Amino acid sequence: MEDKEKLRKELERWEKGTLSRSVSRFPERKPAFETTSHIEIKRLYTPIDEAEQGYLERLGFPGEYPFTRGVHPTMYRGRFWTMRQYSGFATAEETNQRYKYLLQQGQTGLSVAFDLPTQIGYDSDHAMAAGEVGKVGVAIDTLADMETLFDGIPLGRVSTSMTINATAVILLAMYLAVAEKQGVGFKEVRGTIQNDILKEYVARGTHIFPPRPSMRIITDIFAFCKDQIPRWNTISISGYHMREAGCSAVQEVAFTLANAIAYVQAAVDAGLDVDDFAGRLSFFFNCHNNFLEEIAKFRAARRLWARIMKQRFGARKPASSMLRFHTQTAGSTLTLQQPDNNVVRVAFQALAAVLGGTQSLHTNSRDEALALPSEAAVRVALRTQQIIAHESGVADVIDPMAGSYAIEALTDEIEAGAAAYIDRIDAMGGAVKAVESGYMQREIGESAYQYQKSIEEKSSIIVGVNEFTVEEQPFKDTLRIDPEVEKRQRQKLKSVREARDTNRVKEKLEAVKRAAERTDNLVPPIIDAVRSYATVGEISDTLRSVFGSYQERT
Amino acid sequence: MAERKIRVLIAKPGLDGHDRGAKVIARSLRDAGMEVVYTGIRQTPEQIVNAAIQEDVDVIGLSCLSGAHMTLFPRVMEILREKKAEDITVLGGGIIPHDDIAPLKKEGIREIFQPGTYTEEIIRYIRENVKPKGGGLDRGAGS
Repeated sequence: MEDKEKLRKELERWEKGTLSRSVSRFPERKPAFETTSHIEIKRLYTPIDEAEQGYLERLGFPGEYPFTRGVHPTMYRGRFWTMRQYSGFATAEETNQRYKYLLQQGQTGLSVAFDLPTQIGYDSDHAMAAGEVGKVGVAIDTLADMETLFDGIPLGRVSTSMTINATAVILLAMYLAVAEKQGVGFKEVRGTIQNDILKEYVARGTHIFPPRPSMRIITDIFAFCKDQIPRWNTISISGYHMREAGCSAVQEVAFTLANAIAYVQAAVDAGLDVDDFAGRLSFFFNCHNNFLEEIAKFRAARRLWARIMKQRFGARKPASSMLRFHTQTAGSTLTLQQPDNNVVRVAFQALAAVLGGTQSLHTNSRDEALALPSEAAVRVALRTQQIIAHESGVADVIDPMAGSYAIEALTDEIEAGAAAYIDRIDAMGGAVKAVESGYMQREIGESAYQYQKSIEEKSSIIVGVNEFTVEEQPFKDTLRIDPEVEKRQRQKLKSVREARDTNRVKEKLEAVKRAAERTDNLVPPIIDAVRSYATVGEISDTLRSVFGSYQERT
Repeated sequence: MAERKIRVLIAKPGLDGHDRGAKVIARSLRDAGMEVVYTGIRQTPEQIVNAAIQEDVDVIGLSCLSGAHMTLFPRVMEILREKKAEDITVLGGGIIPHDDIAPLKKEGIREIFQPGTYTEEIIRYIRENVKPKGGGLDRGAGS
């Protein structure tokens, strides 16, 4: 304490003397500096900014509560993060080729992008699917497509993440059915389904059913997986898309953890023991431009989640309080203008994610403001991760930014800001209510609008967009999806429909319907249905007939 | 007699749920004094044209980030022609590669705004190129 008093006096002396003399001659660039979350950034942080709580309580040790310094005792000295490029396009054949290419290039896990019809439960021949088949991801209609997608890829040896939400249960069932055909047991498969429906209502828009039945499907998945596929991450609770939609770093942490609280509460209400499923929850964050704020964000999220799990839900197992997360660099920061600049943006964002202790990482490609990445662009993106891992040295020490006065102060501020938002959401009756009332949507819309204004008013500078611009040639050589893909996919679906046993399909869909109407776990009858080559659309329609469809508020 | 305000429908055709841009533009146009209706996500071209006619708009702004624009934008134009509503100015935005711009303009889309466009530029474009219909009557104010 004596030291802090002395320091305070010295700081005051410096401010009044050395600093003020300098500022009067050379004014600072702006009257105030702040982060995306409107946290005011001070010019200088010192030990005076350290929180009251001591080191052990705030930081602790890696692999131990409250996990501020990371979830593993050795972090990247043991094993690097999983380098996992999100990819998928056109048909299962083309995407299978891309996966094999990425694995050859040293990628260590797969991450499947599905097209929008697959995500929203329409078959490729549905009227709503027109123009969308194979565009933002791979088209999957039946188990036959999934067999092609993973042809020659041993599911006992790779881990696979699937960005799938409203239809997660169907795609998980298909993955398990493919594993089974490869002779790989359910207990051996490893991977993640995104399965985070709440953020779909808020930001991403691939919802099908209303929130309540959607929560029931998710709880069914938790219950099934804890017994049958113990190495599967049953959900990836995602802030990524809310951040892309425009929210700040603090809002990203707050809304993600508020949604996570809703899932845990739903499962507890359904009778599950928190320590039986919480260890398989995983998270997914964005990594945006503000380098220091982003590093602090990951550390703050880990500590806040650990405290929530222990204090609110009474978790006993350490694994239940561990926030394990995937990171993707921020797509919305990529510019069409001077696309090579995107390589640099991605590198800094990826570095912040690593310094923040991510478990897996996707680095965006330079051409993503215009199209899905070309093979050449995705290779540079993957190389960026490999350079950070093997050349930069930052992976050799655990949580290297800890103890930086600025980083620790920001970590504290982000944690406090997010906790205040969570209190507000609790007061509204929780995340499901907050989503239904449009609260998060409004908060995000407001932030997005202010951000755009700040660019147009030049209070935020985007290099190559509102400053340092040049005359440019139109950017070409982007990946194009052949319009023939849609026709080919419909043709394949038609032949699968003709070859399968129609009566068996009907019978299996009936069983799905019965389970939906009662409270039986939905996963086993859906696995049975996909084995009979029932389509994603047919199973989704069966569930729609019981659960209804969600009507968006505008 | 007050001039009728320019009326705009901002629409999201297809299955794409990324509506950050659509919402920011809707609000910017509103702040610039236009009357703006936003359809919400996941609209069919038929729904969009019906809404445009029903709301008697001068402009439709289509936003698509999923790559389905080459199917959906021309389909909107086709239905507008069928319904004799081709006097409505149609603009497009989103993730639209450069090579697609000329074919879309040929279909009758008047302008395509790529990523990085200022909302100010879109507002200016609409003011310079669109005259509000309806003989200058401000429907809200009466005369």
